[in-house]
Amino acid sequence: MYILADCNSFYASCEQLFRPALRGKPVVVLSNNDGCVIARSAEAKAIGIKMGAPAFQMQYLVKEHDVAVFSSNFELYGDISRRVMSTLAKFSPDMEIYSIDEAFLQVDDTLAPDLIAYGRAIRKTVLRHTGIAVGVGIAPTKTLAKAANWYAKRRGNGVCAVSTPEHITALLKAVPIDEVWGVGRKYFKKLRCWGVQTAYDFVTKIPEHRVQEWMTIVGVRTWRELQGIPCISLEQNPPPKQSIATTRTFGRMVSSLAGLEEAVASFAESCAGKLRKDGLAAQRLMLFITTNFFREDLPQYSCNKVVQLPVPTADAVELVRYAKQALRQIFKEDHEYKKAGVVVSGLVPDTAVQTSFLDTVDREKSAALMDALDTVTGRFGRKSLHLAASGVQSKKSKWHMNQTKLSPRYTTRWEDIMVVKV
Amino acid sequence: MKLTLHPASTKTTLPLPFADRGVKAGFPSPAQDFMEEPLDFNRDIIKNPEATFYAKVSGDSMIEEGIKDGSILVIDRSLQARHGSLAVCAIDGEFTLKRIKLEGEKLFLMPANKNFAPIEITEANDFIVWGVVEYIIQKA
Repeated sequence: MYILADCNSFYASCEQLFRPALRGKPVVVLSNNDGCVIARSAEAKAIGIKMGAPAFQMQYLVKEHDVAVFSSNFELYGDISRRVMSTLAKFSPDMEIYSIDEAFLQVDDTLAPDLIAYGRAIRKTVLRHTGIAVGVGIAPTKTLAKAANWYAKRRGNGVCAVSTPEHITALLKAVPIDEVWGVGRKYFKKLRCWGVQTAYDFVTKIPEHRVQEWMTIVGVRTWRELQGIPCISLEQNPPPKQSIATTRTFGRMVSSLAGLEEAVASFAESCAGKLRKDGLAAQRLMLFITTNFFREDLPQYSCNKVVQLPVPTADAVELVRYAKQALRQIFKEDHEYKKAGVVVSGLVPDTAVQTSFLDTVDREKSAALMDALDTVTGRFGRKSLHLAASGVQSKKSKWHMNQTKLSPRYTTRWEDIMVVKV
Repeated sequence: MKLTLHPASTKTTLPLPFADRGVKAGFPSPAQDFMEEPLDFNRDIIKNPEATFYAKVSGDSMIEEGIKDGSILVIDRSLQARHGSLAVCAIDGEFTLKRIKLEGEKLFLMPANKNFAPIEITEANDFIVWGVVEYIIQKA
């Protein structure tokens, strides 16, 4: 049996956990740069705040209903997510973390004779231990577990389990086709034309060969899974990464080369750190810069440059050097840049690196430097030590993102822990 | 072969230098067979890292129990609150730290300072127990 547990309004719930006064109130979390809505509590949804709505558009609703607005606090959400996943892992060793707030668990059929009770125990334990409410869907396949989870949230009381053909049929009749995992907007329209409104219509009105024709093998798997035939297994070994990116939209526009160099150096350094963490080295670096396409009154320019690296590397100093070189080749004066990014690809394990005879870098020395850098940042935090090229990490830097409504990092910084007035 | 996912380790042990390395005489240390891991606060005191949170005390309503302003509370949300538990609660949206007292059907939050009165919790209050405090850390 598969279990899909996912957190209700995850980011908003993280904020409400440490601010009991916000329980039952409308809460909204904004994207990086406080741009648009990426999370809403149930109460915020109820007053009409839409997912993805630009922050400025909802100002009226915010004032009218006293909505609590937060900048995204990923340091906090990441830690709470870790706790939720650790707690879920206690229910089964076979687990796939699907996203920051969702996980699949696989349990033996015999292990859980009363599935609803098991689901309730999961919900109760996660809420008690971590303070986050999760919805639980239990079914013989991943796709059905996802559907059961949807039902648990919309109609049920947080838990929905299906195991018999009758249960499965009832669930399929209740789930609209566009809510089925794997059926996106592109298929939804076509299926509607064929009279498909629910998941039940999908499996009864459309024959398998037609599904194969329209939706390929991926659609067939979904079609079979909805009928209780497991086709998608638990992804416990994520596939090796093809590329690593660090890109940011700037808090304010940057027009100077020096300003851009600082941002680009910081992104290259970040990519290098991510490479070393995964034991990888990159053979290619791509840099892009772009102006603010919302400001149609300003000159527009966007460009990218790909650099082949002579020796696969994860060295921050080297990657920063190549990124800055690439920048100097594509930078244009008199433009207001709003976004930039560094993407490294052609990833190989760092143990498989063959150096070139013409290599100009002292690899042993740079490896020692990277080791020292990783040890210090591992012990004192990722912001404790940087290459000078990335600039002083002050909020005053133009390119640093705007986060005007950031809540404290309650679980990762001693200076930010909850204060209990006694 | 099945892979098990483990949560990130919260251990901060000092690495033990192995007693049999670098001993020039060529025979191992007599302690080798008896070595154990040193005492580790995270491993031995924090039972449930995913349910453990820290908070700072502000104020002195619990001073008679020795809980001073600025103390750090180690809260374990997995613990069941009962009569006598020291708990971080939220009353009408505000955090507070008190001892729980159950008297028949009534619930009271008891301070530890003669200048503060016990608080009775009724249906009318918006009240939750946020977590039970297991340890209090104070600088000497």
